[in-house]
Amino acid sequence: MTDATLTTRKPFLGESQRNGLIAGGVLALFIAALVVATQTGTITRNDWTYKIFVDPFVSMVDMPDLLVQTVWEGFVAGVLYSLIALGFVLIFKASGVFNFAQGIMVVFAALSLVGFYEFLTLTLGMPAGFVAAIVAMAGAIGIMFVLAVAVERIVLRPLVNQPDIIMLMATVGLTYFLIGFGEYIFGGSPKVMITSQLGLPTGSTMLDFAGGRVNIQHLDLAAAIIAAVMIAVLGFFFQYTRIGRALRAVADSHKAALSVGISLNQIWVIVWFTAGIVALLTGIMWGARSDVSFALEIIALKALPVLIVGGFTSIPGAIVGGLIIGVGEKIGEFYWGPLLGGGIESWLAYIIALMFLMFRPQGLFGDKIIERI
Amino acid sequence: MKTTRLALGLGLGLVAGFAAVSPVGAQESINFVHNTYRTGAFSGSGIPVADGVRDYFTMLNNRDGGIGGVRINFEECETQYDTRRSVECWEQAKAKNSVVYVPWSTGAALATIPRAHIDKMPIFSMAYGLSAAAVGSTFPWVFNPPLTYWDGASVWIQYIAQREGGLANLRGKTIGLILLDAPFGREPIPVLEALAREHGFTLKTYPIPPAEMQNQSSTWLAIRRDRTDWVLVQGWGAMNPTAVREAGRTGFPRDKVIGIWWAGGDDDARPAGPDARGYLALSWHQVGTNFPVIQDIIRHVVDRGQSNTAREKIGENLYNRGVYQGILIAEAIRNAQRLTGKRVVTGEDVRRGFEVLNISAARWTELGAPDFAAPVALTCADHNGHHAAFVIQWDGTKWNRASDWIRPDRARIRPMLEEAARAYATSNAGWPARSETCDQPS
Repeated sequence: MTDATLTTRKPFLGESQRNGLIAGGVLALFIAALVVATQTGTITRNDWTYKIFVDPFVSMVDMPDLLVQTVWEGFVAGVLYSLIALGFVLIFKASGVFNFAQGIMVVFAALSLVGFYEFLTLTLGMPAGFVAAIVAMAGAIGIMFVLAVAVERIVLRPLVNQPDIIMLMATVGLTYFLIGFGEYIFGGSPKVMITSQLGLPTGSTMLDFAGGRVNIQHLDLAAAIIAAVMIAVLGFFFQYTRIGRALRAVADSHKAALSVGISLNQIWVIVWFTAGIVALLTGIMWGARSDVSFALEIIALKALPVLIVGGFTSIPGAIVGGLIIGVGEKIGEFYWGPLLGGGIESWLAYIIALMFLMFRPQGLFGDKIIERI
Repeated sequence: MKTTRLALGLGLGLVAGFAAVSPVGAQESINFVHNTYRTGAFSGSGIPVADGVRDYFTMLNNRDGGIGGVRINFEECETQYDTRRSVECWEQAKAKNSVVYVPWSTGAALATIPRAHIDKMPIFSMAYGLSAAAVGSTFPWVFNPPLTYWDGASVWIQYIAQREGGLANLRGKTIGLILLDAPFGREPIPVLEALAREHGFTLKTYPIPPAEMQNQSSTWLAIRRDRTDWVLVQGWGAMNPTAVREAGRTGFPRDKVIGIWWAGGDDDARPAGPDARGYLALSWHQVGTNFPVIQDIIRHVVDRGQSNTAREKIGENLYNRGVYQGILIAEAIRNAQRLTGKRVVTGEDVRRGFEVLNISAARWTELGAPDFAAPVALTCADHNGHHAAFVIQWDGTKWNRASDWIRPDRARIRPMLEEAARAYATSNAGWPARSETCDQPS
């Protein structure tokens, strides 16, 4: 064997695999040390090490039904976060703009739906029920289309080729406009979502599990199914249709897309309209869980950590990121929250996102940007 | 000659015009700048109370020409339940010589209390704000009747004891407090902790950050894990309807969930539909329109198209709370006019008016609100009164009274408040000793 062959031999494990193995070994050693320390009485129930590293896992084993319930609640919250993040991703992919207004679009879309329904049933005297709800839904979709056209004409078109920060500031302005306009049209009072009128299921099913019970809300189940269908449709739309390919071309380069005859304006309208429909569905699901009020806008900020985890440009990333944040924050709040006085989930999502940033700045599915000097 | 006549005519016309306008411009009025939040995350709670107060003063202006013949110049200052904006509203109220400042937020009350004695503008924080402000000797410029959050905590526990068959049966129980993670939410904790030690129950607190008001699933899972027997809700805005819904979703008995008086809005319970049936809250006044004062509001304000509230919402719980607040403030202004002999009173005068506030059952009747609420009386030493409250229950469509009057444990609460007031004065260097005279020594 020559020296040359020795130097080119590939190591048995890659660098990342080696690091993973070392981390796993350290973790296993730590767990073993904790088990021994707990068994020998070195760590007692009152020690903080026990409360942080042992007690939560003991609780998970002792009450598996609550663990399953927590994961389910996290999954449902994650699906809803994913829907919000999806709206951001669509617009970011097409225009490179972080759409600050996505949160208020959720509120605006939901208020439009409920407002339309009230107008149809109370003012026009249409019988309340499924038909009126579907007509109201069509009306709300129409409003989101008008909004998309207006945004493209009034906000985006004059700002073509402007720096991204200008576009971001324009969406901040759009947010405040929609808050004021929404309050002017619909008033500040919270509204009740027309859940049953839309045919969405209510009620729950109680499942016996490991000596306990797991409560599955039918609405949550419907939210998960609707979100899955929507993601599949969007995935098909962007992957296999002409408009989808055009959108991906625009996402890669505005100038190149323009040079081959793709209408930037048309694509922007389509993308903002699609984001509007996603916002409407998100508003229906969140609104059905509590009510439709301007407080919902704050929840949209949860999309930020989701996007950091999943990447700003990936639809699957928005889904996986949403689920990681949703399940992570619920587990964290439920098992570790009491140690910090509770109410930690509002910032825990950002801690999870920061941890991902440290190891994978582009997010799980984001495009790695390599800019050579 | 013609030109001279024309000029003379024009001149006379102008003078006559000014003469016609000037009495209106110079009309006496009392300014009242009122904080509201008709927008933002807490508008669901803010709108009905703001409408109640506004409609009451509009009714006084329309029916009686104001108070003591002086019109009330009622203005709103929008805060969005934001303390920074509320402090800006303080400056606006001061600039407009408002006779009272109504923060409608505990955070805003805490921020403005140190300014009241300097700017000579009394603060009226009705059943919210700093509980220790009940001690008039330390806080001569702050009034928080008819009861404090600490009294509310006492009423909560007494009601639970009634349902459990006595205070002794609280031993071993777990009582949870869901609270908005803000100064308002944390107010009742000291009393609940003291009562937990005394009666042997476990107190669990579940803070909800404002950003998570509509995302409470993990809180209600924790309630299930802790096998909580009763849940108390110190909530406001979108937090309340979400809490009621979550109680229904998780199957927690709604008749063991008791909101503070600010968690008892019709729109807190209604959105949950049948799931809200049985939900409880504290209150200290009646709901409905079956009172002459409410009928007057309908006749003089609503029927004239001057109200922001839909007719069917007149008389709801938080609307009537706004009316209740209006009645107390109007009575303080009347007292101030009587004490000073002035028609147009100032903030200093109204402070004195609050200190002699005394609305007996007979006076409630005179004010068009027989049996609307219990008598309320303040003194120079006691700016709260620690009055009784009762429990109301949602039947699926409206609130109904569900208990007798329950008096807070004044003997326990008052010394704690006085200690807290002393601690406040000590920790705020240079806090002035009371120098204001007392019109009604207690």
